[in-house]
Amino acid sequence: MTDTATAGRERAPASLFGRIGAQNISLLIALVVLLAIFGALRPDVFFTPRNLINIGLAVTILGILAMAQTVVIVSGGLDISVGSIVGLSTMVLAVAAQETGSIPAGILAGLLAGLLAGAVNGLIIVYGPVNAVIATLGTMSAFRGLAYLMNNGNSIPITGDSLRALGIGTLFGLPFAIWLLIAAMAAFIVFTRETVVGRNIYALGGNPTVARLAGIPIRRYQISIYAMSGFAAAVAGLVLASRTMSGQPASGSQGLELEAITAAILGGCALQGGKGTIIGAMLGVLIIGVLNNGMILTSVPTFYQLLAKGALLILAVIVQERQRARSGE
Amino acid sequence: MTVPVVSVEGVSKRFGAVQALRDVSVAFNAGEITALIGENGAGKSTLMRVLEGEHRPDSGRVLVDGQPVQLNSPRAAHGSGIRVIHQEPEIIPELTVAENIFIGDIKARGGIFLDRADLERRSLDLLRTFGVVDVLSPGQRCHGLSPALRQLIEIMRALRPGARLLAFDEPTSSLTEDEAQRLFRVIRRLKADGVVVIYISHRLREIIELADRCVVMRDGSRIADEPIAALDEQRMVRLMVGRPVSDLFNRKERALGPVRLALEGVTTRRVEGISFEVRAGEIVGLGGLVGAGRTEVARAIVGLDPLRSGRMAVGGQPYGPREPADAVAAGIGLVPEDRKQEALLLMQAVRDNVSLVVPDKVSRYGFFSRRRERALVARHVAELRVKTPSIEQAVGKLSGGNQQKVVFARWQARGPAVLILDEPTRGIDVGAKAEIYRLIESLAEQGLAILLISSEMPELLGLADRVLVMQSGRISGELHWQEASDEAVLALAMRSGKETIERRVS
Repeated sequence: MTDTATAGRERAPASLFGRIGAQNISLLIALVVLLAIFGALRPDVFFTPRNLINIGLAVTILGILAMAQTVVIVSGGLDISVGSIVGLSTMVLAVAAQETGSIPAGILAGLLAGLLAGAVNGLIIVYGPVNAVIATLGTMSAFRGLAYLMNNGNSIPITGDSLRALGIGTLFGLPFAIWLLIAAMAAFIVFTRETVVGRNIYALGGNPTVARLAGIPIRRYQISIYAMSGFAAAVAGLVLASRTMSGQPASGSQGLELEAITAAILGGCALQGGKGTIIGAMLGVLIIGVLNNGMILTSVPTFYQLLAKGALLILAVIVQERQRARSGE
Repeated sequence: MTVPVVSVEGVSKRFGAVQALRDVSVAFNAGEITALIGENGAGKSTLMRVLEGEHRPDSGRVLVDGQPVQLNSPRAAHGSGIRVIHQEPEIIPELTVAENIFIGDIKARGGIFLDRADLERRSLDLLRTFGVVDVLSPGQRCHGLSPALRQLIEIMRALRPGARLLAFDEPTSSLTEDEAQRLFRVIRRLKADGVVVIYISHRLREIIELADRCVVMRDGSRIADEPIAALDEQRMVRLMVGRPVSDLFNRKERALGPVRLALEGVTTRRVEGISFEVRAGEIVGLGGLVGAGRTEVARAIVGLDPLRSGRMAVGGQPYGPREPADAVAAGIGLVPEDRKQEALLLMQAVRDNVSLVVPDKVSRYGFFSRRRERALVARHVAELRVKTPSIEQAVGKLSGGNQQKVVFARWQARGPAVLILDEPTRGIDVGAKAEIYRLIESLAEQGLAILLISSEMPELLGLADRVLVMQSGRISGELHWQEASDEAVLALAMRSGKETIERRVS
């Protein structure tokens, strides 16, 4: 019970190195190494603008999910139902667009479905109370089942130029989806760093008892955080639907939770809560995106890709735990 | 002169700044019941931990049958025949009575299958010996057994072959009078069988009834070791307390204002019929033993434990908190007992820790105004003379006293009408203590209503205008500061007898 044993890491000093953070530096190095490897293996295509935009597009969906997941993990929780919510929201979007004949109405319905699904997670976790991992493991299956039920397990094509424009349109040479990701990133960074609610989420994850005694209504916070995570999944679903022009119950959204959690942890999130950054998570997203893209370009079979992704998650947690043990938190 | 079965010689043990044991020597003889008494933190539990092999003494030695032994592990102590029965019996609810008694020593047929017949035979023998064969059966699951029966199982477990010394750590705190009497019969039987018995309790009448000899501890030292016939309750209390109240306090007359906090018949899962008022400018002390329900009163006030009945009012307005957030909104601040687990985000900066309860004062439309935040935090940190290199320093790196000042700074920034202090100087060195005391006094002078929970007698007597004493979840008496003394408080805290036991909250 000495002071040094419980003392945490010091606040980042004001130097440039400190501001970026040691963790982010090592992520940047890992990213550069990956780029060098795949650049050397496929010099003909890897660094072409087209491939780089492909990587950018591929990480939009993951990026949105990983940033929301970061907030959930910082608060001391975990949301493994996000992949299913993506699928569910694309199906709701497609059905609603079909029924009303209006793409905006479909988009609205899809986003609402995600918000609602997330709120359901939050309510189960808070009022069950059910452990967050178990609650969202359950809804991961339930939401996927719901998505299949909406059209007997089949996908639903969507017709509508406004959605197509969202999927393929560009602004200043960059696809809309990438702009969306950049906007989301800015919003998440401001939210986590500059708002009272954002800071309170770090407090909640750091020590829920302290947060509660300091007057933070932690139940309301938790429900809102999962609702936000569900909404973010629906935004990701919107990007997916605009790209495939269809509601897809499973294709394109399976396994996203694994990648989102991996990215958040690579980025420095502690599963115990209270620690993690948006920038770190986005670096994690880029690493996963480059790895996916590079493995496809170098013709690594899909099965090995799954193996690699699983190993990456476990490796990220091991590194994280080692650091925690070293800093004596 | 017979050789004592177990004895400790010159044992000292230090934890950080705290000298838990100071050159303690005691001999425990076969067939003798030795009572061990002292205030909270006097060193009784540490001494037990040494005998149990959980703590290794810094100096001194433990002897069994006159031979020095190394009690490096609970296993070694167990091998020497030393068994401690803790306050909270460790019973596995899903196992049967027999399995719980013989856990770790269950015979297997062919090395694989449970030998149920042997298990049942052995446990029936024990149950008969203890005269409980009609209440407990070997095959019964332990789920839902009363505390008394759970404790009995723990005792039977401890009595496996080879037990030579049995120590009971406050065994009757959760027992009814009848159950306690049954336990005493068991203990007397052990004594007759030549087992060494150590009996720790705050209930002095019990000790006079049961023990042959009484060892008194205070501040880690053995103060007295006398036959029970030479002692009475009053003398025991005097021996346990017997410490000069220092002049850390300077009592001033304060003008009392209107009632800020009022409780009327407040009953929760843990406390019953709590009624009192705290006025502006008043410091009301809440005394009693650990576990008497003092912290639980604080929990009820801040909305952590729901009220079963009773009413509360803050500033004359009815007040029914459902969440600590409601308490903060109503102007109640809590400095909790466990600073590191309940009050501070150790990894976060002093700035974050102070501004946590004043989001409205450091933000606009939900966005931080860093300038305002820094100014506010810096002002309160300076006012309380928190020693920190900067307000960006992680709170976990500060000393205990400065950490506690950060908690006070937090509530200064909020400006509550009522402040509840639960053990405000725990783990703080004497210099910082004096500063915290002056701070508490000046807060009262500024017109705060203060409820002070403390196990440190000098603190309670030195600061409080009046002291409410709790026992077993109820307020057992009230003392004005002029009539409050260590003896008077302890007498109310420990008042034994059937009357209080019957009124005990179950």
